Amino acid sequence: MDDYLVYLWAFLAGGALCAIGQLLIDLTSMTPARILVTYVVSGVLLGAVGVYEPFAEFAGAGATVPLTGFGHALAKGVREAVERDGLIGCLTGGLEACAGGITAAVLSGLLAALIFTRGDKTAKLTG
Amino acid sequence: MKLTKNEYGRLAKLRSPNSKIYRNVPMAFLVGGLICVVGQVLTELYKAAGAEEELAGTLTSVSLVALSAVLTGMGLYSRLAKYAGAGTLVPITGFANAVVSPALEFRTEGYVPGVGAKIFTIAGPVIVYGLAASAVYGVILFIAQMSGAV
Repeated sequence: MDDYLVYLWAFLAGGALCAIGQLLIDLTSMTPARILVTYVVSGVLLGAVGVYEPFAEFAGAGATVPLTGFGHALAKGVREAVERDGLIGCLTGGLEACAGGITAAVLSGLLAALIFTRGDKTAKLTG
Repeated sequence: MKLTKNEYGRLAKLRSPNSKIYRNVPMAFLVGGLICVVGQVLTELYKAAGAEEELAGTLTSVSLVALSAVLTGMGLYSRLAKYAGAGTLVPITGFANAVVSPALEFRTEGYVPGVGAKIFTIAGPVIVYGLAASAVYGVILFIAQMSGAV
């Protein structure tokens, strides 16, 4: 693909997914936790029916960086594991595909708690 | 146009949620889009350094998570989030922020019941329902393959 086009598509696709999230917050008063859960489950569904993969091919990071991309990675991991190992793949494929991101996030939390004396508040996120 | 105080209050109420949306949605689009562009730049750099497509994607996620953790630790991510809303929530940096900020906030409650447990305040539900949905998909896929539908 043309050099600059991948960045343009990443911006437009990622921006659009975030704009939808903002509309959900403003119009339905969904909490951030519910938005994230909705995005991940939507990503699994869109990945399962096969529309997220072609979307990710042209949108690049615009599709993989938003949390729907996390859901898509879960679905893709399960599909590959089921094709390779059979039914047990339902249990192994998801975490296998997302191990890096999840472990990085958990370790970041732990390290940050050890290093930083104060930080952002969570009050707005929960509920 | 002349308005009574009541009418004015009613009209202002009618207009204000909209004007909030007119400001919030473009900001979410802009900031969220830019975070994804940062992700694309990182992906291209990792690919140029010789990483395969999938590895480059994982490295990008890990880098964004680490970047978000540092910004959260410095108290900067919430400042950006105040203006960007879902633009800072929906990208994986928002997921990382949702892991790191409770870890920092609840450290006073100790490393096991505070940091260890509260890390999953928001990441927990995301992982629970994400894994559940993917497992259901896996079972359906397996049955479909067994019955020769796929």
